[in-house]
Amino acid sequence: MRIKAIKEFFIEKLIFFCGITSIIFVILIFSFLLKEGLSFFKEYHLKDFLFGRHWYPISEPPKFGILPLVLGSLLVTLGAALISVPLGVACAFYIAEVASLRTRDFLKAGVEMLAAIPSVVLGFVGMVTLVPFIKGVFNLPTGLTALSGSIMLGFMAMPTIVSIAEDAITAVPKVYKEGALALGATHWQAMHRVILIAALPGIIAASMLGVGRVIGETMAVMMISGNAAVMPHTFMQPVRTMTATIAAEMGETVQPSGHYFALFAIGIVLFIITFLINFTADFFLHRIKR
Amino acid sequence: MRAQAKQRIAFTVLFIINLLVIVPVALLVIFIAVKGWRAVNWQFLFAFPSNGMRAGGIFPAIVGTFYLVAGSLVVTLPLGVLAAIYLYEYAGNSRLSRIINLAIINLAGVPSVVYGLFGLSLFVITLKMGVSIIAGALTLAIMNIPLVITASREALSSVPHSFREVSYSLGVSKWQTIRHAVLPYALPGILTGAILAVARAAGETAPILFTVAAFYLPQLPKSIFDQAMALPYHLYIISTQIPNISESIRYGTALVLVALVLSMNLFAVVIRSRFRKKKKW
Repeated sequence: MRIKAIKEFFIEKLIFFCGITSIIFVILIFSFLLKEGLSFFKEYHLKDFLFGRHWYPISEPPKFGILPLVLGSLLVTLGAALISVPLGVACAFYIAEVASLRTRDFLKAGVEMLAAIPSVVLGFVGMVTLVPFIKGVFNLPTGLTALSGSIMLGFMAMPTIVSIAEDAITAVPKVYKEGALALGATHWQAMHRVILIAALPGIIAASMLGVGRVIGETMAVMMISGNAAVMPHTFMQPVRTMTATIAAEMGETVQPSGHYFALFAIGIVLFIITFLINFTADFFLHRIKR
Repeated sequence: MRAQAKQRIAFTVLFIINLLVIVPVALLVIFIAVKGWRAVNWQFLFAFPSNGMRAGGIFPAIVGTFYLVAGSLVVTLPLGVLAAIYLYEYAGNSRLSRIINLAIINLAGVPSVVYGLFGLSLFVITLKMGVSIIAGALTLAIMNIPLVITASREALSSVPHSFREVSYSLGVSKWQTIRHAVLPYALPGILTGAILAVARAAGETAPILFTVAAFYLPQLPKSIFDQAMALPYHLYIISTQIPNISESIRYGTALVLVALVLSMNLFAVVIRSRFRKKKKW
């Protein structure tokens, strides 16, 4: 009997330990990014890093201004959000409110399938289809542009936005809709005047999580948005995102070097941005539950 | 009647938007299947690349991906399931469990390339594992923890409370109850999560870029401390780094990767729906 109790004691300790590993890993990730990234700021000014307009990591002396990379990420993300938020929310409404049961299952399966396709495959297909298409339609010297990246990333954010927005719409109490219908509203009027408003916090959270996914996306955006680390002006030019910079350059750096530490410093910026986005989205999601 | 007409127009527009999202997905899969179909044969699957990747097969990349996936699952699955057990069965609504939830949400949102940086810094350099299968597998494992925890927790919450209460009333301890009266019934849900984690690990490129992936290796890895080739990384290099490579090799590689990932997802869906039908409570 005692042995059993002792065994149970150790198993429960193990379970507790596994339970808190998520916290440990978040702390580990952040501290290892800091450990490598902060050495960078011993030699390089934070201001020059955040607001420098030139990213020339291997020139002499090197310049590590990430402003073009941050703006590249923001531009691509903005484009992707403009595409995926309205389309995604529309899809979520159709799936949650209008579609018949069979259509709903079919559409949800399609969206889940999109979520499952690896980003490197989407990047590859984008390279051979979307990129030449953009080049031809807009008569550009290259189709590897911020626009191509935005379209592909907008597509990739869709599953996140659709599924979370759909949950938010389904979570709206039935009485709201029935009340509107009883007052003589059509189903559509109830949807966009009542359900949309009630589900808004969830829809905002869905959009934010979609944006978070887009900012962190690496492979597809690296393969199709051109990788030119210059200050972006339009959607029609090649841009370089923060994620693509890390992925493309880490393999060629010497460890340890200023360049190597600079890439970790970019990692810190990405970590903080995604942390804030997820934190805020979670705040909105909790508001619905209450 | 104008409101009715508006509604009809609005619903039509919504439907068209749905098609706009779904049709490209279907086209994409069909496109890869049609273009890649001819390249894929036994030789392609079981031969080494030759002539600077421009000929031969993708066998070492398939093997490398298999090792990575298996290695990451061995770590994530027990860790994730036990963590879910803690969260659902033990933690209740404490402050600690709220912090853990926040950590999970945050882990799920960390960009995959940042996981790559973390793996490089912790496993490759600090723990001196070098660029190796074990470093890559551990990185993928940590990336997948939120997925496994979320799926397992959902599986646990679908087991009715009466199961636990009956077990307690017979004098069974808490862990024994979980072990014998809860886990067996949560198994299909946990399995679904595990398969989705496998599919994700098989398809991710960014976390393995600096922790395991090799451009080309003339032989298969001999131990977990060797580098390995991997399918998604292989697709990345043959589609961006190697000029004059025949189209069919690229499409063939993409097809193998997509088929692998989608078939696992399909498998997970089948398990889930069969379980729902069989459920008797």
